[in-house]
Amino acid sequence: MKVLVPIKRVIDYNVKVRVKADNSNVDLANVKMAINPFCEIAVEEAVRLKEAGIATEVIAVSIGDKSCQEQLRTALALGADRAIQIETDEKLDALNIAKLLQKIVEEEQPQLVILGKQSIDSDNNQTGQMLAALTGMPQGTFASVVKVEGDKVNVTREVDSGLQTVSLNLPAIVTTDLRLNEPRYASLPNIMKAKRKPLVVKPAADFGVDLSPRSKLIKVVPPATRKAGIIVDGVDTLIEKLRNEAKVIS
Amino acid sequence: MTLMFHCAEYEDLLRVTMIRDQEMLNQFLDSISKFVRERLVPAENEVAESDAIPDDIVQEMKAMGLFGMTIPQEYDGLGLTMEEEALVAIELGRTSPAFRSLIGTNNGIGSAAIVFDGTEKQKQTYLPKYASGELIGAFCLTEPDVGSDASAVKTTAIKQGDKYILNGTKRYITNAPRAGTFTVMARTDPSIKGAKGISAFIVDASTPGITLGPKDKKMGQQGSHTCDVIFENCHVPAENIIGGVAGKGFITSMKVLDRGRLHISALSVGIAERLIDDALRYAIDRTQFGKPIAEHQMIQVMLADSKAEAYAAKCMVLDAARQKDLGKKITTEASCCKLFATEMVGRVADKAVQIHGGAGYISEYAVERLYRDVRLFRLYEGTTQIQQMIIAKNMIKDIQ
Repeated sequence: MKVLVPIKRVIDYNVKVRVKADNSNVDLANVKMAINPFCEIAVEEAVRLKEAGIATEVIAVSIGDKSCQEQLRTALALGADRAIQIETDEKLDALNIAKLLQKIVEEEQPQLVILGKQSIDSDNNQTGQMLAALTGMPQGTFASVVKVEGDKVNVTREVDSGLQTVSLNLPAIVTTDLRLNEPRYASLPNIMKAKRKPLVVKPAADFGVDLSPRSKLIKVVPPATRKAGIIVDGVDTLIEKLRNEAKVIS
Repeated sequence: MTLMFHCAEYEDLLRVTMIRDQEMLNQFLDSISKFVRERLVPAENEVAESDAIPDDIVQEMKAMGLFGMTIPQEYDGLGLTMEEEALVAIELGRTSPAFRSLIGTNNGIGSAAIVFDGTEKQKQTYLPKYASGELIGAFCLTEPDVGSDASAVKTTAIKQGDKYILNGTKRYITNAPRAGTFTVMARTDPSIKGAKGISAFIVDASTPGITLGPKDKKMGQQGSHTCDVIFENCHVPAENIIGGVAGKGFITSMKVLDRGRLHISALSVGIAERLIDDALRYAIDRTQFGKPIAEHQMIQVMLADSKAEAYAAKCMVLDAARQKDLGKKITTEASCCKLFATEMVGRVADKAVQIHGGAGYISEYAVERLYRDVRLFRLYEGTTQIQQMIIAKNMIKDIQ
């Protein structure tokens, strides 16, 4: 069984994010980048399926400029067998990403596509669902348990009311939640071996997909800074301030 | 002193195994720094209090490949160049040095004698096991009466047929309680008092006649263990002489120590950076006289001086490491690095405690522990005074 794992290059989660002075976007200059944590969980899950003898091949795919090869190498070091970079310098919408991935799904015919539920930079939470719609494959999103049984995959989903388990016919799309697994650390020997694993570069333009943007980023502003609080001298003052200043009670 | 040995063989080895791949190196460093931050730093207190590194962490360190970083690639190691090793040591420096000590002997003094001078058979027998961490190697040079004057080794190895009989006591042997092998410096020719009478042996820890003393109680680095290793009529096959030829042990041991100096220097840089980071965060959080203490100039002086010194040491270490990778003789530079970087981290640790004020004396804060831990760096692999001696003697020799 082939498993396809799309991954995204994002700002490292340890980095303190700053907005550009002109509010056009987040400042990425000289910022440490990493594999999106949910995508890393997806890679780990695929590698575990391979180690369990269920998956036969794990393919990592990323869309972006040359720099996303770093994250593909990380996926290879974690245990993916080969990697595909869909090369583009454009920042693509989730729908365009999903359409490119659809082409890869058609080419590779994976039985399972495991994606992160969302990326920590744009927080869209759309790509997996869109890919499911485009390919007509069933989807199990926000997975906290993934069990392949025969020609089905049972996905336990974290939903507001608790845990919901769905059974999907393969091929299927799964998106990972935080508690699905704890990704391993890439070992130094495996980082070295990853260098020799195949990484194929395919220009995005070659896929015949309309990549024109469907949405436009207008403005990015940092969260408002919290003002310092005060200590009031008693309950009466507190009530007075809640009523007249904060206007939260009447 | 004959401490100025130039290890050309090792540099030949480096030229073969040099990685020189910035992208891969970045991945190494990323993976190590993540492991340090997420697994090792949170375990520091537990290690210090229990005086032991938890088994699951030891297993993870093996799985990460941390035991074989300097073992050549043809023996299943990573064959890191000196510059790469220095950068890795800086990353590992950001946590308790007890962790580094566990992998330190396999990447340094515990395996290096075989890496440099071992026969092909010895390399094939031991190096892959050191690289995986299956076997821990320890290095037995120091004795109760032998420290800086390493050529005065008293432990004897007297030939009897195809065996040597070892007798003597080795002191402060790092990782001895875990060791599977000991690299032992012993006098094979008691008629020669100096360096030429010494041979290096690789001795399996299970050999009858070896007793371990109780674990030493140390000032710091709890979780890293040293003890005496006592040899009493310990029979070692003659083929276990490293390199197969008697009388070369002192030269081997000097090569082993020479190389470790840059590693310890790099480690000192990493710990200095950690100490500065801890002190800076504390200074920003802690308020006195109505503002964070980081805004008081006298605190700023300590922060700035620490930063400048740590940066200077880092530049020195990386420069010396690059020169070594280029095949240049760097004995003087390595000693300069060891001298400056280890003294530097002592000063930085002192200031980090000072910035913490009373809190710096309380074990709840890591700086108290690290302050004690770094004291060792000025002592082992050649004291500060030995480094000064090497540097000055080389200066004089070079001009004559």
